[in-house]
Amino acid sequence: MTAIQYLHAFNGVVKREFWRFIQQRSRFLSALVRPLLWLVVFAAGFRAALGVAIIPPYETYITYETYIAPGLCCMILLFNGMQSSLSMVYDREMGSMKVLLMSPVPRSWLLISKLLAIALISLLQVYAFLGIAWIAGVEPPLLGMITVLPALVLVALLLGAIGLFLSARIRQLENFAGVMNFVIFPMFFLSSALYPLWKMRESSEWLYWICQYNPFTHAVELVRFALYQQVNLEALAITLGCTTLFTLLAILSFNPERNTRTVPARG
Amino acid sequence: MKYVKLIPTLLVSALAVAGTTQAATAYISNEKDDTLSVLDLDTWKVTETIDVGERPRGIALSKDGSKLYICASDSDTVQVMDLATRKIIANLPSGADPEQFSLHPDNRKLYISNEDDALVTVVDTESHEVLAQIEVGVEPEGMAVSPDGRWVVNTSETTNMLHWIDTQTHELVDNTLVDQRPRHVEFREDGKLLWASAEIGGTVSVVDVETRKIIKKLSFEIKGIHPDKIQPVGIKLSADGRYAFVALGPANHVAVVDAKTYEVLDYLLVGRRVWHMEFTPDRQYLLTTNGISGDVSVIDVADLKVTRSIKVGRYPWGVVTTP
Repeated sequence: MTAIQYLHAFNGVVKREFWRFIQQRSRFLSALVRPLLWLVVFAAGFRAALGVAIIPPYETYITYETYIAPGLCCMILLFNGMQSSLSMVYDREMGSMKVLLMSPVPRSWLLISKLLAIALISLLQVYAFLGIAWIAGVEPPLLGMITVLPALVLVALLLGAIGLFLSARIRQLENFAGVMNFVIFPMFFLSSALYPLWKMRESSEWLYWICQYNPFTHAVELVRFALYQQVNLEALAITLGCTTLFTLLAILSFNPERNTRTVPARG
Repeated sequence: MKYVKLIPTLLVSALAVAGTTQAATAYISNEKDDTLSVLDLDTWKVTETIDVGERPRGIALSKDGSKLYICASDSDTVQVMDLATRKIIANLPSGADPEQFSLHPDNRKLYISNEDDALVTVVDTESHEVLAQIEVGVEPEGMAVSPDGRWVVNTSETTNMLHWIDTQTHELVDNTLVDQRPRHVEFREDGKLLWASAEIGGTVSVVDVETRKIIKKLSFEIKGIHPDKIQPVGIKLSADGRYAFVALGPANHVAVVDAKTYEVLDYLLVGRRVWHMEFTPDRQYLLTTNGISGDVSVIDVADLKVTRSIKVGRYPWGVVTTP
């Protein structure tokens, strides 16, 4: 197996993901509208015009909009990660997966290619969001737009891997509503995306600990610090560890045969 | 020969150390801690906290920058600190409850407002004598001497007036009525205009010094903040005459005003209950004292952005900077 063959497979997966993205313009828009609604409506309703208390990496008082922007970037990655891995189920059922799996490269490489492809598409959306957020008054340092890139890629991989793992393991999650209720919402709300964790702790200690054990919290903090040109080592270690773990789990538990056999039987 | 070579090296390093200790410094009075915080303006770190008299509020530098005058309100005195040794070297007879003051360009006459007695006390900083006591309105607070030294303007918080005192005769010659609770006055560098804030009125009046009439009244509005919370206190005018900065108290914002068109350009988010401000010696930054959050916010004057906030003592009130 040569590197060119690997690259060829990677190209194929990315291209397919990209075409799907072009075709589904409404998906791109909804991926943008969702965080923007949070930024404009939810943050406005909070009326934190008097400032959010200083916590690292911020060096002064910030508006609530500024606080939730990194969380909303991760929200885009979260939705995309989940949606795209669900599309794998669709691919399996439609048989296009079979075409892909005829490739001689290892299955794990195809999966990693798929994760990277999801990440690349998501990045476009995150940067589009950051651009609009800038107009809305969220102005992180310009250099932060570059330093945040590796953090975004890692987080995209993590969330894509979690999505792949879940869609491979849990049959009940094969429709999006299930994923929304049991994965996306708990992960998003029980994290530091919308409220600083000290605030969570003020209301309930156990809620604080749930947030603390949620990998999404650390993903958000990694992005938050990176956007302000800083590295949060704890968040980096946890995000890196979880990404490796879930990628391995996804590869191990991915069984392309499963649905091709069971679905006709069911129908 | 080895030792000879060492000496110049030692000298150089000694000079280098001396050089770093002479970095620009800010002094901040902490009303509830009875202390001054010493803030290094290169590292943005508090390097020292000095005990002073009770309830320090207004602070001012002597014209040569060697001495710091501190209104120790509950000690009923104005303390004089030698900045070289950072020791209190004298207590001036300020009258009861001194709150704010202003030093005459002659570097001798200090005009002090005595909040409880409705008086302005004039003290000679050299002889430590009280030169005069002038009756003004109820609760005098803000104080400014015109750049040419001719006028002293004092604000009285309850009478809602600016009192114009002639520095030659030490007599009150005129009053200008402004909005409720005037807290602070600031002369433009050329002495032709005077800016006065009204805390409860929520306005800033710009007064023509020649006629002593209000020529413009500014009001402020911040989206999402109740108008009652917008309480202008401190005012600072940039040296180039471009901007006026107005601290808006519990609105936690500093308003940036175009000093020529009087248009409010922006509102900058700082710490809680912002009152007084001072430029750094290079005029690159503006420091604000945020009473309730107990910190000092740093505004980049060129970018009009708040770059950081630094914890000081409890209820920081006044701030001065030295090169």
